[in-house]
Amino acid sequence: MDDAQLAAVLKDLLNEPGLSANEGPIRERLRQVWRPLLDEITVSRLGSLHGRKRGQGREPRPSILIAAHMDSVGLMVEQVVSGFLRVRPIGWLDPRILPGQPVTVHGRREVPGLLVPAPAALLDPQQGAEQAIRFEDLWVDLGLSASEAARLVRPGDLIAFAQLPFEMGDGLLAGKALDDRAGLAALTLCLMELRLRAHSWDVMVAATSGEEENLAGARTSSFEIHPDLAVAVDATLAAGPPGQPEHKVFPLGAGITLGWGPIIHPGLFRQFEQAARRAEVPFFTEVMPGRTQTDADALQVAVEGIPTMLVSIPLRYMHTPLEVVALRDIRRAGRLLAEFCASLDEGFLQRLTLE
Amino acid sequence: MPRKPPQRTRATKSPAARRKAAAPWRPPDLIDLARRLSEASGVSGDEAAVRRIVLESLQGRTDQVSVDALGNILVRCRPSGRRALRVMVAAHLDEVGLIIVAISSDGMLRFETVGGVDERYLLGKAVWVGRDHLPGVIGVKPIHLSGPAEVARAVPVDSLRIDIGAASKEAASQWVQPGDRVVFATRFEARGQLLLGKALDDRLGVASLISLVLDPPANIELLAAFTTQEEVGLRGAQVAAYALNPQAALVLDTTPANDLPLGDGSENAAYNTKLGAGPAVYLADRGTLSDRRLVSLVVEAARAEGLPFQFRQPGGGTTDAAAIHLTREGIPSVSLSVPARYLHSPRSLARREDWLNTLRLSRAALARLAPDKLR
Repeated sequence: MDDAQLAAVLKDLLNEPGLSANEGPIRERLRQVWRPLLDEITVSRLGSLHGRKRGQGREPRPSILIAAHMDSVGLMVEQVVSGFLRVRPIGWLDPRILPGQPVTVHGRREVPGLLVPAPAALLDPQQGAEQAIRFEDLWVDLGLSASEAARLVRPGDLIAFAQLPFEMGDGLLAGKALDDRAGLAALTLCLMELRLRAHSWDVMVAATSGEEENLAGARTSSFEIHPDLAVAVDATLAAGPPGQPEHKVFPLGAGITLGWGPIIHPGLFRQFEQAARRAEVPFFTEVMPGRTQTDADALQVAVEGIPTMLVSIPLRYMHTPLEVVALRDIRRAGRLLAEFCASLDEGFLQRLTLE
Repeated sequence: MPRKPPQRTRATKSPAARRKAAAPWRPPDLIDLARRLSEASGVSGDEAAVRRIVLESLQGRTDQVSVDALGNILVRCRPSGRRALRVMVAAHLDEVGLIIVAISSDGMLRFETVGGVDERYLLGKAVWVGRDHLPGVIGVKPIHLSGPAEVARAVPVDSLRIDIGAASKEAASQWVQPGDRVVFATRFEARGQLLLGKALDDRLGVASLISLVLDPPANIELLAAFTTQEEVGLRGAQVAAYALNPQAALVLDTTPANDLPLGDGSENAAYNTKLGAGPAVYLADRGTLSDRRLVSLVVEAARAEGLPFQFRQPGGGTTDAAAIHLTREGIPSVSLSVPARYLHSPRSLARREDWLNTLRLSRAALARLAPDKLR
C-alpha cells in the first residue's frame, strides 16, 4: 500500500464519527475494512470491535492481542439556549483551540454547527485580553431558530468535529481523530501483511471503545479475549509545536516509539527491539515513568496480568481537529507489528522473562 | 477639475464577447459568485486573485473598467439620461489574514496578522499559504504538555507557528517566501438560508457591486469602486473616491451582529445588528456620521419596496465611507451592510435573505437618487 492508498483508507476512517462510548459509525466502517482480513469478528458488550486471525500453529494456540482505540475526543451538549448550545468536553480538550471549529451535532438528525466564542464586545470588560477562552465562553451556533434548535437537539447529544482531513508537506496527513485512527490504520496494515505471511499464533485485534474517558474498552475486552500477550498501538507527542520540552517529544516521520517503564514488560520490549531491527523500522525508546495514558495501562492489569507492550506513532497537535502524522510512520508501525506476530512461535512464552 | 485618466482601459466589448454575442447573456449566479469570491485569497495588499474574478465577471459587459495604482477596480457606467448624479458605490476586495515574516530552522513559519484578525480564532486552524493555497496548520502545543495555568492564558500570536510539513528551512523555502499572505482554509457553504465562509467581509459586498454594475440604474452615473486595503486603513477608497470624484457615495459592506445570548442569561442589549432582520443602515460609526438625506432616501426606498431594514447600533467600526466622505470638498455618504456573525474569523455566518435584501435595497435607493435629493 503506497502513501496515496494509505491516505485514502485513513481519510475514510477519519470521516466516521466515534466519540467515546458512542463508537457506532466508526465501528461499522472498520468492520467492513477488516471483514476480508479476519476469520471472526464480534462486538463486545461495551462496543469494542474484536477480530481473530487464526494462526497455523497447533491447538490450543496462544494468542496476541493488538489494540488501538476507536474513540476520539469531542463535545457534548449541555444546554440549548435560544438556538445556541452550551457544551462540555468529552476527553481532554484545550478550549483555546475551539473557536471557529465546524462541528456536527448528532441530534435527532445530524445538524451542522460552528463553535464560537462570545464576541469580544459582549464579554465582561474585566476579562482581560490575556485571559483565554473557557468552555463557558463558548457556544455552538446552529444557525437555526430557537424552536427548530430545541426540536432537533437535546442536552446529552454528541458533538463531533467536522474538520475534513488533508494531505500536507512531505507525506503528512492532517485531520481529526488521527489519535488513534492512525493506530487502527497500522493494525489494518499489519493484518494485510499477515495474509501473505505464515504465523503460528492467533492474532487478535481490538478496536477499543472509551479510551479517551476511562479505557473502558481495553479494560473489558482483555477479559473477553484473554490473550497471552497484549500490544497497545497509540499516538505519542511529536516535535514541532513551539514551547514543548524536547525530551518529551519525538521527531515526526523519523520512526515509531517503543514504550519503556513499569507498564511495559521488559522482555517483550527487547523482543520488539529485535523485531524492529529485523523489519528495518527505525524507533525511539519512549521512557514512561508511570501510566502511559493508553490502553496499555488497562491491558497490563487485566485478568491475571498480561505481558504488555506499547507501540506509538508520533503525532503533532494531539486532541485538536488538526492532528498531523507522517504516513510512513504508520506504515512502519504496521510492518513492525506484522514482523513481531509472524515471529511468535510455540516456545515464545517459555522464553519470555522479566529479567 | 479634470478627471485623472484611467491607467488601463478595456474596450466596450472584447472580441471574445462579440463572438459570444449569439448566445443570450445571463448574469452570473450570485451564490456561485459568492463562493468563488469567498474562497479566493485576498489579504490586504495582495488582492490579485479577487481582482481577477471581478474583472472576469465584468468582461465585455461594462463601459469603462480600469485598475489604478493601488489595485482598485474603477468602473464608470454611463447613464442614459442627462443631469444624472455621479454616485460612487464601493465594496472592498481585501480581507484580513496573515503574512509570513520568517521561516524557522525547523521549517515552521512565523507570521503576523494583517488587519483586525480576531486572534482568539487562530489556534488549531487550517490555512492556505500563498497564492497557490499551500495547505498548513496553525499548530498548538497539546494540552498534555500545558498545565491548567497555561490553558487559562491566551496564546500570544508571537508564539504561534504555521506548520506546512516542511522538515527544514531549506525544504520550506522551496514552497514559501517571507511576505506570502495566508488565509483561513475555509470552503464556502450555502445551506438553506445560511451562508458560511471566510471573507464574507466583504466578498458579499463585492458580489452585490458586480451585480449592480452588470445592470446599472439608468438614472445615475454609477461609479463603482472595488477597493483594496480597506482592512488596513481604508487606503484604496481614499484614492478611488478622489479619482471618481462622485457627488454621493454608497458603501456596501458587512457588519458584526453580536446578537448571541449572554452567558449569564440576561438580555443582550449590546447587539450591533440582528441576523435575519434585514440590511443594516448606518447612522454613525467610529469614522462616519452618515448623510441624513441619504439615510432618509434608503429608508424611503425600503418602505416603498416593502424591504426589511434595521439601523445598525451607532458605535465602533468603520467602512470605506470614513475615507470617502472626507475626500475633496466632502462627499455625502451612507453605508449599507449585510449583518453577519464572526467576521474576521475562519468562518463567518450570514443569511441569504439579508444579503439579497441588501442588494435589493441598494438598487432601490440608487434608483430613487436624483439631484434634488441632495438639496
